[in-house]
Amino acid sequence: MLLEVKALEVHYGGIRAVKGIDLEVEQGELVCLIGANGAGKTTTLKAICRLLPSSGKIAYAGSDITRAKVHELPRQGLVMVPEGRGIFPQLTVEENLAMGAYVRGRVDAERQYATFPRLKERRTQVAGTLSGGEQQMLAIARALMTEPKLLLLDEPSMGLAPMMVARIFEVVREIAKRGVTILLVEQNARLALELAHRGYVMESGAIAVSGSAKSLLEDARVKEAYLGEAAS
Amino acid sequence: MDTFLQQMVNGLTAGSVYAVVALGYTMVYGIIQLINFAHGEVVMIGAMVAFSVINLLVPSGLPPLAIVLIGAGCAVPICMLVGYGMERLAYRPLRHAPRLAPLITAIGVSIILQHIALMIWSRNILAFPQIIPSRSYFIGGAAITTIQIAILAICFMLMASLAILVYRTPLGTAMRATAQNPQVAGLMGIDINRVIAVTFILGAGLGAVAGVLFGTYYGIAQYTMGSVLGLKAFSAAVLGGIGNIPGAMLGGVLLGVVEALGAGYIGDFTDVCAWGVPLAACEGGGTFILFGSNYQDVFAFLVLILVLVFRPQGLLGERVGDRA
Repeated sequence: MLLEVKALEVHYGGIRAVKGIDLEVEQGELVCLIGANGAGKTTTLKAICRLLPSSGKIAYAGSDITRAKVHELPRQGLVMVPEGRGIFPQLTVEENLAMGAYVRGRVDAERQYATFPRLKERRTQVAGTLSGGEQQMLAIARALMTEPKLLLLDEPSMGLAPMMVARIFEVVREIAKRGVTILLVEQNARLALELAHRGYVMESGAIAVSGSAKSLLEDARVKEAYLGEAAS
Repeated sequence: MDTFLQQMVNGLTAGSVYAVVALGYTMVYGIIQLINFAHGEVVMIGAMVAFSVINLLVPSGLPPLAIVLIGAGCAVPICMLVGYGMERLAYRPLRHAPRLAPLITAIGVSIILQHIALMIWSRNILAFPQIIPSRSYFIGGAAITTIQIAILAICFMLMASLAILVYRTPLGTAMRATAQNPQVAGLMGIDINRVIAVTFILGAGLGAVAGVLFGTYYGIAQYTMGSVLGLKAFSAAVLGGIGNIPGAMLGGVLLGVVEALGAGYIGDFTDVCAWGVPLAACEGGGTFILFGSNYQDVFAFLVLILVLVFRPQGLLGERVGDRA
């Protein structure tokens, strides 16, 4: 098991945003976490990355990271692409990528440029001037510079044009094929489930349903609530 | 014309020192949005430490240049330690506190450092030993001393090195990344506490050198020297756009020049006799000057007020300062 989350609880002041969830990601898997706005998906990812304090246990690659510091995790191959992309707007594309390689100390962006030729064209441009889709590409490319074992993607399709959404999902599929384990948080449940091996559905801070992506696509409740189909 | 050239030389010299001090303010502001009012005190401690070391070594018969270098060599690490200490003990615990808390703490740290210096070095104005023989060179009617040349050279070298560090090295890129988005910088594996500490240490090291240069230039040091110098450097940082590194350099040099030209001409412009007022003092080509060059300090703050009124983001700044 690459990632094992047990009884994870996160509080914002007095509010329990995540109410004791269990979640597992196997080496090489693409797992998606879907659910409505405010269900606790992003909070869960942030807790895994130690951006938020939590109770419960988080084990990554066999070691307990519940007490780890945020900046120690990329070194161990656990990297998150945050919601809203989180690029450094005043750094150039190149410098953004160099920050992804910060823990390895060796910058070889060619592989990312091969995947994202658009970024190569804009390598000396300041990242804040890129389009939304390009910024998302940059955020993913930057995370890949770390050579992650487990990539946490938080809503990579958010706010993008449909064509760009398709392109981003294609990229996610490619990365998964290279052997990177992925935990994907998405509101676009259908696309996510079509891509993933397994899925978890979150509802108000708890896991409502989980199972293989195929079974979730056919689950009546999931269909009705998240896939926009009437229950038959 | 002679006054103009001479005051340009003097202004550039003082301005380059302001610029080096202003970098300490602007780097810290850029990364944690804190105006570190104690930075002027770090400069003062740099001057004081160098003063003590130089006085201690004068009887040893070492070459004067070596003595000054050893003085600076002691001041820099001690100031770096002070800079690190204040970040670690005073500001880091308040990182997530409301903005006013660290700001008021900075004023507190400034008072503490001043009084520590008062206890160690007394309240007297200390005469900085002038051991380096100064020679003057004349260019177009203006004199420039060896010390001024050295100050200009050292300050511009420091600024160039800092610019290379910030814009051309991974550490510098990490500093800029942390300034733009500390949370994501952490997600990239950057230890932001370390980056912030390094920022304080670098700023304090620059401040220490500036303190030694300032002491050597004006020949005096006192435990209160940090406040006015600090405020001027802060004004310089605001003039250039606080948080902006090239801005601090530009602002410092400009402020020095404005101040020197102001001091050079204020007497002429406020000479009541030149206005044609018939006063007894004016008879036989006499003068009656309202404001003399001792009003020099006014200019820095005049510039600060004008900038805040007309261009609050500073010359090179983009962000409008809506924060304390």
